[in-house]
Parts: sequence; structure tokens; C-alpha cells
Amino acid sequence: MKLEVTTILAVLLVISFFSLLALTTAIPKAEWGGADGQGMELIEQSLNYEPWANPIWEPPSGEVESLLFALQAAIGSLIIGYYFGILKGRKESEK
Amino acid sequence: MHIAEGFLPLEWCVVWYALAIPIVGYGIYRAQKLREREQGVMPLLVVTAAFIFVLSALKLPSVTGSCSHPTGTGLGVVLFGPSITAFLSIIVLLFQALLLAHGGITTLGANTVSMGIVGPAVGWLAYIAVRKMKVGLLTSGFVAAFFADLVTYVVTAGQLATAFPATKGGILLSFEAFFGIFAVTQVPLAIIEGITVALALKLLQEHGVAVEMWQPKGVSVSEA
Repeated sequence: MKLEVTTILAVLLVISFFSLLALTTAIPKAEWGGADGQGMELIEQSLNYEPWANPIWEPPSGEVESLLFALQAAIGSLIIGYYFGILKGRKESEK
Repeated sequence: MHIAEGFLPLEWCVVWYALAIPIVGYGIYRAQKLREREQGVMPLLVVTAAFIFVLSALKLPSVTGSCSHPTGTGLGVVLFGPSITAFLSIIVLLFQALLLAHGGITTLGANTVSMGIVGPAVGWLAYIAVRKMKVGLLTSGFVAAFFADLVTYVVTAGQLATAFPATKGGILLSFEAFFGIFAVTQVPLAIIEGITVALALKLLQEHGVAVEMWQPKGVSVSEA
């Protein structure tokens, strides 16, 4: 069986993704919060720093925030998929 | 790597904006030139931006017990070089600052410098270096993405360290603290981003896209 490079890379991606997920059971005490948040917390706590500006608009809840993140990924994926669809169609019509 | 709104003292906001604006401006200029010269490039520019959109939306758990996200800039680095990548990055950062309260307008300059400029520039240099050593396109793409991703977070750590030096121990000590939070977490994600970019390049190539034809002239390593 001849293994395509794309297949190998895709499998590698899936494996590495799931190993990261598996990691979450290996480190039981961790909270899995965002590194960004941790960095800002360090500044706030160790230096008593008060941010001098606030976001113009904030998602009202974690649910709405995850909706917007999902939307961000969806829009991106849609564009990428559309583009590859066109390329594939073009390639096939050339044959 | 997102420094939250209001989390950098004003003078540092100004410094990073001053650094970011000319480079983003140059990226816009280059993108326009490219579009005039090569009509077919526009869809690929949009796809490259979309790639940043997708990858920077994915928050992944990592070895440090916290989560972070890839930057997605590696593909742009390989296809178009760092300045156009800076332009594409600022679009995504602006979207996230306005709609997700992720990052901020006051810190947009700083976040653009880390994710859009220094990370991609180092990724680009690494790419050139390995490509000149006759390393294949996919491996070189991996290297470019790995460095663009990782260095972004090292720069964030540096930006926070210089703005907030520890009272005892100074910049170096606080850099160590921020480095621990940002850069260590990022290593596995940078590897994943590298694989993703290699896959994207391979797919583009298989579909007949000459992936190295839009790189900045003079430094291009394209065999074509």
C-alpha cells in the first residue's frame, strides 16, 4: 500500500490532537484555563495593576463567547473549503 | 499571546503601535502590488487569512495544564513572506478585539508586533535558512510555522516583562514568569501548527498551486 503524504500528515494531526486531549486526564490537578488569562492575572495580582481600558463590548457569557469562537472557525473553514472545491473542480475539468 | 485591553501602560501601547503601523502599511502596499501584478492571487490571500482565522480560534490544552491557541500565521509566512502576514494578522486581531473581547484596541499594536510581525519574521528567516540547505518544502513549512508560532509567545512574554519588571529581580525575573506561562505551553501547539501548515502546503501543491511564486523577491528560494 502506498501511503500518501497528505494521509500521513492528516493522521499525525489527529493523533497529536488526541494526545493533547488525553493529556487532560494525565494532569488531574490542572484547571485548563487560558494562558492569556493567567498572564493577565499575574500582572493584576503581583503588581496590583488595574487595566486602564475595558473592552468596548464583551460577550455576555461563556456560551456566547464560544459561539463567536465557533463562528470564527466556521467562517474560516468555509472559505478554505470553498477555495479547495474550486481548485478541485478546475483540476478535474482540465482532464 | 493576546494582551488584554488596558493591560499595557500607555507608553508601551504607543511604542508597539509605532512599530506595527509602518510594517502593516508596507504589508498592505505589497498585497496591493501583488494583486495588480498577479490577478489570481486574491483568492489565495483570502484563504491565507481564513487559515489564521481558523487556527487562532482553536484553544487547545497543553502540557502546562493550561490552554492556548496556535496563531495560524505560518502559511502566510511561506506563501507571502512576513509583511503581508502582518496585514492579515491585524485583521484577525481586530475581529477578536472587537467581537470577542480577546486582546484589545489599546494593545492591538503590541499583539500585532508579536503575532503578525516578529513571530512571522523569525519564521520566515528560519524558512529561508532551511530552504537554502535544500530542505524540502513541507519540512521547511513546518519549521516556518513552528517558529512563527512559538516566537510569537516568546515576544508576548518579553513585552509583558519589559512593561512589568519584577520589583526585585527586574525584567529577567518577570520574563521567566511570563515565559513559563506563554512559551512552554506553546511548544506542542507550535508542533501541531507546523504539521497543519505542511498539510496545507501539500494540498495546495496537489491542486496545482505554485506555492512559492508569491514570496518576496530577492530572498525567494523558489526553484521555479
